Amino acid sequence: MTNKKANFLLAGVGGQGTLLASDIVAEVGLRQGLEAKKSEVHCMSQRGGAVTSHVRWGEKVASPLCEKGTVDFFVAQEMLEAMRWLEYLRPGGTVILSQQELPPTGTVFGSAVYPDKERIFTTIGQIAGKLLALDAVGVAESLGNRRTANSVLLGALSAELAEDEQPWLEVIMEKVPARHKEVNRKAFLAGREGAWELGD
Amino acid sequence: MDKALMSGNEALARGAWEAGVEVATAYPGTPSTEILQNVALYDDIYSEWAANEKVALDTAIGSAYAGRRTMAVMKHVGLNVASEALFYASYTGVNAGLVIITADDPGMHSSQNEQDNRNYARFAKAPMLEPSDSQEAKEFVALALALSEEHDTPVLIRTTTRTSHAKSVITLEDRETKEKRPYIKNPPKFVMIPAYARRRHPVIEERTAKLRQWAETCAINTIEWGDKKIGIISAGAAFQYAREIFPNASILKLGMAWPMPEQKIRDFAAQVDRLLIIEELEPFIEEHVRQMGIAVEGKSIFPAIGELTPERVRAAAVEAGVLAKNGNGHTPDVGALPIRPPVLCAGCGHRDVFWTLRRLKVTVNSDIGCYALGVLPPLESSDTIGAMGASIGVAMGMRHAGLEKENVAVIGDSTFFHSGLSALATAVYNNTPIVVIVVDNRTTGMTGHQGNPGSGETLRGEHGHRIDIAAVARALGVKHVYELEARELKEMQNTIKEAQKSGEPAVIVARTICVFETSHNREPYIVHNDDCNGCTLCFRIGCPAIFKSDELDEKTQRPKAWIDPVQCVGCGLCYDVCARQAIEPGKEIPVMAA
Ligand SMILES: Cc1ncc(C[n+]2csc(CCOP(=O)(O)OP(=O)(O)O)c2C)c(N)n1
Repeated sequence: MTNKKANFLLAGVGGQGTLLASDIVAEVGLRQGLEAKKSEVHCMSQRGGAVTSHVRWGEKVASPLCEKGTVDFFVAQEMLEAMRWLEYLRPGGTVILSQQELPPTGTVFGSAVYPDKERIFTTIGQIAGKLLALDAVGVAESLGNRRTANSVLLGALSAELAEDEQPWLEVIMEKVPARHKEVNRKAFLAGREGAWELGD
Repeated sequence: MDKALMSGNEALARGAWEAGVEVATAYPGTPSTEILQNVALYDDIYSEWAANEKVALDTAIGSAYAGRRTMAVMKHVGLNVASEALFYASYTGVNAGLVIITADDPGMHSSQNEQDNRNYARFAKAPMLEPSDSQEAKEFVALALALSEEHDTPVLIRTTTRTSHAKSVITLEDRETKEKRPYIKNPPKFVMIPAYARRRHPVIEERTAKLRQWAETCAINTIEWGDKKIGIISAGAAFQYAREIFPNASILKLGMAWPMPEQKIRDFAAQVDRLLIIEELEPFIEEHVRQMGIAVEGKSIFPAIGELTPERVRAAAVEAGVLAKNGNGHTPDVGALPIRPPVLCAGCGHRDVFWTLRRLKVTVNSDIGCYALGVLPPLESSDTIGAMGASIGVAMGMRHAGLEKENVAVIGDSTFFHSGLSALATAVYNNTPIVVIVVDNRTTGMTGHQGNPGSGETLRGEHGHRIDIAAVARALGVKHVYELEARELKEMQNTIKEAQKSGEPAVIVARTICVFETSHNREPYIVHNDDCNGCTLCFRIGCPAIFKSDELDEKTQRPKAWIDPVQCVGCGLCYDVCARQAIEPGKEIPVMAA
């Protein structure tokens, strides 16, 4: 275990599985003998709204929420959400970004404009120490199940943490439905290996 | 000893099981809902959803009178509904232990207000405990039940969204079963006629005095000594932020919100140079401490509005000069971003109703549930929303006052049974000409799809008795009762007009689909690019499955529509609104015979 202490933020859109992914991160921390806390908001946010989940590992953890500017690892499941919660990132922190775009309804019926890719990358680049921009959905789809995109991201995260894959795989296998275990394992490993190549 | 990562809500359920609770009741409401859902996983506990919080608490009180350890659960505003029961139970006391959980929602993540229910403890003269993490949530249930039995009082536990939904580690223990306490008839204790209630009041005052004494020495009001330049009194989730932001300060943590340990507070205050109170929402502790004649700072520094967070606590402390600025204060410039509010799901039947109401241009007195999302753009077809069941009464009042426009009340099935019934009876009794549309999706959608009297599905997964809403309306004396499928837009529009003409109370049961419960049995719809001219009509139903495509119409230079086949569930509203027949229905999916 190299990181005795870490703050994580996971952000996505209702329905993307943000909460399950963050449950996995918290549980992995616990398995390594650390204290782990996690916090999220249910309900309204799940009807297609923005969803975030904070996870903290440490010898001792008080607040279940990360303070803005202190997140070491920011996993964004969607491009716009990466921008929305960027202020939580510690300068020099790592961003693991799924290059998926889900325009909110306001950009369809209203005049709101989805930020362009260029602007998103530059803004993140100004503060992040490392940006891993993954085509997580594409990788997941090529493995036969687009809903395993989160496992791809978690694979990349585990590699960034320079950690043993075992506790991660163990927890993922416990938390996903039996019939999706194998494809999630593949997705996790794909994310884990690919993370290095896609680097900054 | 086994350990597990649990949310506060899971831990409260576990605590109920370990402490020998036998009966548990609730009405769902964020952030409390998962407590009873988790209790229901323990076969040793009888648990049920009531039609509303008052019924839930009355039922729990009866169970405690009869001698079983009992838990009642509700969200903060639910305790408003149940407050009648809380007040008499405080006077009668209990027999076996009774714990009442109120889950507050600072920040209003999913509520209509952020009332601070610690006030109910003082108001109703019942003790209240306040956990700050999952382990405490679990332990405090057992403690509350023991206190309840020892002091003959209902005991409140207050959680907040943060303590209810945050996960932390708890230690698992075994269940301790309790003998049933016999019920012994005792009208002077259990019957609150004035003559007996007058005798109970002094008993209650004496009880509070004893509990205050208990609070002085109990293990849950603790001091963590540190640097004595700053002393902080804190409780609940706020305690965790206080600990985080002031790692070296001395902290008096109050696990018991009411009554407060006055001597302990005095002793603590005497030993620190500067006394701060960090508490979420109201200055509840602060006012009490100030009343005791102690110099204290709280809401002059820390916000009284909204949920606290570590950065809000830090920013307030820095601003007040209590803390030096640290390096975290950078903010990346992300520019203006489109908001992402919650929306009605693709295929949600409520969209049909609000689309129709928008076209009719009526005033809409709506209510609380998923259908409250009908107020947001682009549907924007609700005028008033207050609290559960308010729609019908407010609609009647608007009629009495001679509102210039036609108005309709819109209420969900769960909300109808929660608090719509007596309002409807009032309308019939006074022959008030209002139109009530019950948007019946056969589930309590907003809080995560619980059963209700209209769906018949019980908390423990049994198929109970489904109450027919139209039959209820007829039985209450409504002469104009209509039943229809909201998906049939023309029929719904005509029926609303007809009901308005009747000049008497009318109820329209609009059956809608909750896509979490059942499906439209259709494949995704498809936009034909040749026929679409980018007119934007289908954009205005606010369906999350409809997007602007990359292709522009040659003439209008507007983007054509595109339907995401992953999100579309085949409801067909876009097909109904499209004026150019540019949308092709998905094929019907044959329903498998069971
Ligand atoms: C007094 C009170 N209790 C509980 C809640 C939580 N709550 C919000 S909406 C709702 C029920 C909605 O169900 P329904 O009326 O069937 O509408 P749906 O969400 O299914 O459209 C509940 C229980 C509340 N806001 N107020």
